[in-house]
This record gives sequence, structure tokens and C-alpha cells, in this order.
Amino acid sequence: MNTYHATVTITLRKGILDVQGKTVEHALHASSFSTLTDVRIGKHVEMTVTAASEEEARAHVDAGCKALIANPIIEDYSITLHAMEAA
Amino acid sequence: MNYGIVVFPGSNCDHDALTAAQRSGGNARYLFHKETSIPSDIDCIILPGGFSFGDYLRCGAIARFSPLMREVVTFANKGGLVIGICNGFQILTESGLLPGVLLRNTSLSFICRDVYIRADNTQSPFTSSLQQGQVLRIPIAHGEGNYFAEPETIRRLEDEGRVAFRYCTADGDSNDEANPNGSINNIAGILNERGNVLGMMPHPERYADKALGCDDGMAIFQSIANAMRIAMPL
Repeated sequence: MNTYHATVTITLRKGILDVQGKTVEHALHASSFSTLTDVRIGKHVEMTVTAASEEEARAHVDAGCKALIANPIIEDYSITLHAMEAA
Repeated sequence: MNYGIVVFPGSNCDHDALTAAQRSGGNARYLFHKETSIPSDIDCIILPGGFSFGDYLRCGAIARFSPLMREVVTFANKGGLVIGICNGFQILTESGLLPGVLLRNTSLSFICRDVYIRADNTQSPFTSSLQQGQVLRIPIAHGEGNYFAEPETIRRLEDEGRVAFRYCTADGDSNDEANPNGSINNIAGILNERGNVLGMMPHPERYADKALGCDDGMAIFQSIANAMRIAMPL
């Protein structure tokens, strides 16, 4: 078995008003950072996955996202994986 | 006539719910979330307000995995009465017993004040002692009460008369000014298809005694008590 480091990035789906993102954007604009737009706030979840292959590891993380980590009604997620060095 | 009030780590309206249930003439007791079965004499489950599991990840998301919640889903699917209040409503949506989700309030603020809600469905076991369009004064206390669902889901809820309560003015006008949190169509509470599961953000259990300034919330517990009496053979 191999171990992988997985990072899940969760953001509100497009079309869902991100009130936190909007508020931060307004504050940035009020502080002269007017070139920063479309601010979206999300969540970052990291975990270690034990699996036979990268494909299997991705499937495990994806299943965890669907079951709990993200709510598909309002959130999108993306998964980044990389193999960890054996200790 | 027995109520079971589910206690999660972080529940904080369980005592008020117990008292309101008892005031409606029923017996009420707590059920710890780690229990693996619902006692056979329970007629109505209350998922109380609070911050179950610290609202970690998303409100209600972790509570859904408590052993007793699996039993609550089975209980509801068999037709048992389930009412989720505030965090209880969030748990019901995360469990899939009710559609949609509760987003952050559009103001980003935690809102703790009295609001008016209008009864738009008086056919359910939770609302049968109310008049159509009756206005109740009930407190809200939440940061994530902004009801959202896909347009198709909203259309179904509206077409099927499953919006039990809507935020409104003291006169019963359901407009933007009376909407405290940004909920679509001023939705404050919804029913499942079968009508045996209600989720609502306002706290009827906090206004269940005139000594606290208002007992408008008792109408909901009286309705539940009436429904349980009808269901019970004497």
C-alpha cells in the first residue's frame, strides 16, 4: 500500500452568493486594492490516504467529499494528490 | 404521548424543548445521540437548537453521523413525527430528510431577536391548531438561517404547500423588509413530502410560557400533542 497526501479545496458553487467573499472584496476595494476582484472564500482540508494506487486514493477522497466533506447542493470541490515518501 | 429530545454535544435548547413538550401535555425525555435505537413508545422526535459538534465543517453535518440519527431517519421514513428547530433544521437538511440547505445570513451577523412568522400550511401535524395566515411572534437566534434550494426544489415546495412558515411583518405581509436572513421566498420552515417532518429556524420552544413574555410557540406543541392524541387509540 502507498500513502498519499490529499488536499481538498471547497468553494461555494458559482451562482451562489458568497457573502463573505463580497464583504472581503468590498474591504479590499476600500483599502485601495481595487485590482482584486471576484473574491471567493472556501475551505481547505488536508488528509493522508492509504491506497494501492493514486487512482484508488482519489476515489477514496472523492467518496469522503460526497458523503461529508462537501455539500453538493451548494459547494464544488477539487482534489490534489501527491505520493508521500516512505518513512 | 411521548416526545424524545435528541441531545448532541453542543445542543443548548434541549431543556426548553423538553419543558415546552411537557407543557403540551406530553411526556418528554432526552435521548442521547450515541444511543442506537429509539424506544418503541416515542411518538415524536425533537432535534433541538444549539451548535451540535461545534458547527464544525457545516452546521448539522457531523450530527447526521450520530448513531441515533440513522434511527431518526428510519423513524421518519416510517411516518414518525420529527421536528427540527434551528440547528435541528440544519441537521434535517444535512441528513436528507428535508431538501435544501441553510446558508450564512446575508448580513453575515448572528441574529438574535423576535420575528413574525406566518402559518402558510395548517394541514400538518405541527400546524393544525393554527389558522391559515395566522401570525406568530417567535425568536430567532442563528448565523446560518438563509434557506437555499435549487429553483426546481423551491417550485415543488411552493406548489405542494410545503412552506409551513414564512417570515413576515406583524400584519402578515411577507416582504423583503421582514426577511431577516435572505431566505428564498422568506422561508422560515418547511415540511417533507409526507408532512411528518418539519424543519424551522425560529424557536417556538423559547416562547412557550406567558411568563417569558409570549407563548405563541405553544401553538406548534399543541398541534403536535393533538396529532399524537388522534394517532393514539384510547
